[in-house]
Amino acid sequence: MKENYTGTPANRVDGRAKVTGEAKYAAEFEVPGLLYGVVVNSAIAKGKIKHMDTSAALQLPGVHQVFTHENRPGYSWFDKHHQDEDAPPGSPFRPLGSNEIKFSMQPIALVVADTYELARYAALLVHVEYEAQPHETDLEANLPRAYKPKKYKSPPPSDPRGDAAGAFDKAEVKLEQAYAHPAHHHNPMEMHASIAIWKEGGKLTVYDKIQGVQNSQQYISNAFGIPKENVQVISPFVGGAFGSGLRPQYQLFLAVLAALELKRAVKVVLTRQQMFSFGHRPHTVQRLAIGASPDGKLQSITHNAIAETSRFEDYNEDVVIWPGVLYDCDNVEVSHQLVDLDVYTPLDMRAPGGTTGTFALECAIDEMAFQIGMDPLEFRLKNYTEKDLNEDKPHSSKELKECYRQGAEKFGWANRKMEPRSMKEGHQLIGWGVAHGAWEAQQQEASAKAVLSPNGKLTVSSATADIGTGTYTVMTQIAAEVMGLPLEDVTFELGDSTMPKSPLEGGSWTVSSVGSAVKLVCEKLQEQLLKMAQKMKNSPFSEAKLADVSFANKQMFLTHAPATSISLQAILDQNEGKPLEAEASQKPDSKQKKYSSYSHSATFVEVQVDEELGTVKVTRIVTAVAAGRIINPKTGRSQILGGSVWGIGVALEEHTVLDHNLGRFMTHDLDKYHLPVSADVHETDVIFVEEKDEIVNPLGAKGLGEIGIVSVAPAICNAVFHATGKRIRELPITLDKLL
Amino acid sequence: MRPFTFTQAQDVDTAVQEVSLEGAKFVAGGTNLLDLMKIDVMSPSHLVDITQIALETIEETEAGGIRLGALAKNADTAYHELVETRYPLLSHAILAGATAQLRNMATDGGNLLQRTRCYYFYDTQTPCNKREPGSGCSAIQGYNRDLAILGTSEHCIATHPSDMCVALAALEATVHVTGKNGERAIPFADFHRLPGDTPHLDSNLQPDEIITSIELPAKGFAKHYTYLKLRDRASYAFALVSVAAALELEGDTIKEARIVLGGVAHKPWRVPEAEALLQGQKATRDNFRKVAEAYLQGAQGFGHNDFKIELAKRAIVRALEQATNR
Ligand SMILES: Cc1cc2nc3c(=O)[nH]c(=O)nc-3n(C[C@H](O)[C@H](O)[C@H](O)COP(=O)(O)OP(=O)(O)OC[C@H]3O[C@@H](n4cnc5c(N)ncnc54)[C@H](O)[C@@H]3O)c2cc1C
Ligand code: SF4
Repeated sequence: MKENYTGTPANRVDGRAKVTGEAKYAAEFEVPGLLYGVVVNSAIAKGKIKHMDTSAALQLPGVHQVFTHENRPGYSWFDKHHQDEDAPPGSPFRPLGSNEIKFSMQPIALVVADTYELARYAALLVHVEYEAQPHETDLEANLPRAYKPKKYKSPPPSDPRGDAAGAFDKAEVKLEQAYAHPAHHHNPMEMHASIAIWKEGGKLTVYDKIQGVQNSQQYISNAFGIPKENVQVISPFVGGAFGSGLRPQYQLFLAVLAALELKRAVKVVLTRQQMFSFGHRPHTVQRLAIGASPDGKLQSITHNAIAETSRFEDYNEDVVIWPGVLYDCDNVEVSHQLVDLDVYTPLDMRAPGGTTGTFALECAIDEMAFQIGMDPLEFRLKNYTEKDLNEDKPHSSKELKECYRQGAEKFGWANRKMEPRSMKEGHQLIGWGVAHGAWEAQQQEASAKAVLSPNGKLTVSSATADIGTGTYTVMTQIAAEVMGLPLEDVTFELGDSTMPKSPLEGGSWTVSSVGSAVKLVCEKLQEQLLKMAQKMKNSPFSEAKLADVSFANKQMFLTHAPATSISLQAILDQNEGKPLEAEASQKPDSKQKKYSSYSHSATFVEVQVDEELGTVKVTRIVTAVAAGRIINPKTGRSQILGGSVWGIGVALEEHTVLDHNLGRFMTHDLDKYHLPVSADVHETDVIFVEEKDEIVNPLGAKGLGEIGIVSVAPAICNAVFHATGKRIRELPITLDKLL
Repeated sequence: MRPFTFTQAQDVDTAVQEVSLEGAKFVAGGTNLLDLMKIDVMSPSHLVDITQIALETIEETEAGGIRLGALAKNADTAYHELVETRYPLLSHAILAGATAQLRNMATDGGNLLQRTRCYYFYDTQTPCNKREPGSGCSAIQGYNRDLAILGTSEHCIATHPSDMCVALAALEATVHVTGKNGERAIPFADFHRLPGDTPHLDSNLQPDEIITSIELPAKGFAKHYTYLKLRDRASYAFALVSVAAALELEGDTIKEARIVLGGVAHKPWRVPEAEALLQGQKATRDNFRKVAEAYLQGAQGFGHNDFKIELAKRAIVRALEQATNR
């Protein structure tokens, strides 16, 4: 019978390689004659480099060069040549571009030496004199300067619906509050790293930590004016990225620059501290004004966001789309403004905008429910929307109600007492909170290639990435299932710019986009196999169409008469020892345009808050997710668990602190930038709710990368309120705020 | 990292000689020093590895206490039977710090001399009097959430980050050291310094001196004790405020109380006069709060760390409550 690989919790196909160290990350490739580059970063946030003395560094034997703005080789100066696939509107930063300092920790020199240790030592000897200018890094102090960007990176905020201000004025129950979300840094386990290898004839091979090799390839080609075919970018494994690898980072630029100039191979790896010298989730302040009727019907929502960006690019994200996605309300007005500061441009970070916006909206909704005296879950149900009201489109599927039901049941929500501070054990106040969230299920155009070898082994490839999400595994499952092959006979390859085109791995669209291409390319192989079988003598398939046959157990057979079968090997044997090959490109189907597609989640949380000391412990998290078909419940569950843990960090711990005197992020290592540790994580449950979706894409799968995080932090905030009666509107909720 | 030379000393005398060289430093577990060398906060030109010296024994003393060899590992100390049964406060304090891996490397001597975790101390591109005397203190006007509220100076408001030391101060340990001029014993209360106008000095240990052992007196408060550590996450974070509390009780009357605060000053913070307020008193929350108020007298916040004053008071009350009920 047909074996379903998708939908089963297959182990990671690359698990063994990862735990044995066989899997190689960008910095780990051994290259003969490799030189090491170490970056020097700016001490000031704004001003000019007056003078740079590199002589002491250059005098050390084994130091090859110190690249600065004074001696760097030329490169293209056009903005468009520095704009990568994920660049926001503006004029991208060019490393070593000039003597101008635009943000603290700006890369200002690259020391290249025979060994890493030597380069690191020499970097200490680079002496820099600055002419500092006053900087502005404080978002809250600069709010009056907020502006509407000329161009938005993500879709501009929707037009107002109804009359939010009027309805708010008239509403019997009102809430108006401000919420602050601090800057966060991605902090993947693997630091950003690139090795650029110069080859005779000016060709380059580059190993890069990136969420899409073709983005780096195009960027290098544009910035340095090298034909694309002369640049090969390879990135088979990525040790987490969370968005930090969507844009090529400066270590890539500097490694390439040095390799081209020195005609050598150069590796540049950032330090943990330097991981705080580029993009981050922007500090964002939000205002919510909500009006409702005393019986709990939403009448008005106004959601305004003001976020930081750099002086050179206008970064924005989907902070204010959530009222229209999540709530039935006739009068809605949203806005998203920016304040440009002397910082590096913010950068997409897991559920960009979703994490930030859902936190504020879901806290405000909880406040409103409390004000009205309604159970917060009931309040959400009362204002449930079947439609995406931003776009006025139906959902391709939406099982959020089922998420509520199953989540609440598992959690025991029905036993919740309304009153805050009503549950207590010893000194511990106990609180229960709920929140929900959504994340768009998008499909991008993607391509894949499949090669079926004469001995029946299948290799499928696409230039996508696996940032730890399980791409290798789920693509293998999809291909194996379509072709009816055991998982062991299928290999999926990714992370090489010479492979068929793929979008960046981000936006939770990889399974949907690349997975659909993988399915299609395998179907093309099926067609070839059928044709070949039909050419065989006395073929029982001569009349069959593709729709009439199935593939399983290394066989092709007539679906209505499974006994009529032929082994794939027998067909392949007809091909004179040649492999079968196919390439395919899959675009979103036009019928999708009539629908909105989102993954949904509902999170239930229990916290314990020490009544005197303010310490918060998240004792239970139940997240129920509706995300279409779950291709691999095991890797999928890991995504949601990771999101839950991150949600704890967002709610309680994470914060990159800017010292405004210095204009510098000061919590720039993992001692001072707190992420949750194992001891912070207790019972964590994941429920996948069944959701059939024949519209979203050919796989019916919506993507799980970001949905796991969005509803967790607000649910924790709401639980803290329920425990303590204190509403904290500025993240993270550290114990001092609860004293 | 800057280049340095490296030797291994086999005995205390050689170690003392070697460390007298210009720019020399001892290295034990290396969990603090090497981190700081990598980021150029400390740059000794010569490292004297002392881990070959036989100083890792934990044994009973004639006076009825115990002696911890300076090179005993934090983990071995915390799980040592003598420590667990007679000085459980010390075990708990050690285990509240760092991680299992770090405690396996870290030595007891090194723990005493670990340096502050002030944000600016760790970033050589910012002014910091402790790192670079005279350059200024970035923390006073800057970000100071983790920093001190007691015993600060206009030059530095750093804290001593150790957990172990808080317990050692409560247990009235003695630090034995050997230098060019021979041996001496330093009472724990005098081991660390306040920043004053010499914030670059963390302790009164002389540059040529090596810690050989830490001695604990017989009295271990094994019945009524607690180490309460409040921090921003459940593990792998330094204390915002910690309290080592030890009580000797007769019924519900306090015969003797020891209270030492961590995370609030440049050294473990003990106020014997305030402790004395509890002597002969009943173990009640009211009395605890009185002591807590006395402990925090003169405390001063710098903005982000103002909360520590109230937190420390509540922590004292809680710690004493826990110690009483244990
Ligand atoms: C990530 C991280 C988290 C941590 N968390 C905590 C925590 O929560 N609580 C806590 O208390 N600690 C914590 N620590 C600190 C840890 O306890 C110290 O690093 C450790 O105790 C230092 O011991 P060591 O032997 O490795 O010292 P080393 O790094 O070898 O030396 C430290 C200093 O002591 C000097 N020295 C060492 N031994 C002697 C001696 N016998 N005589 C004279 N001088 C000597 C050295 O010259 C050096 O200056 C943490 C450390 C890290 C890296
Ligand atoms: S508090 Fe001390 S360690 Fe911190 S910046 Fe000031 S002087 Fe340096």
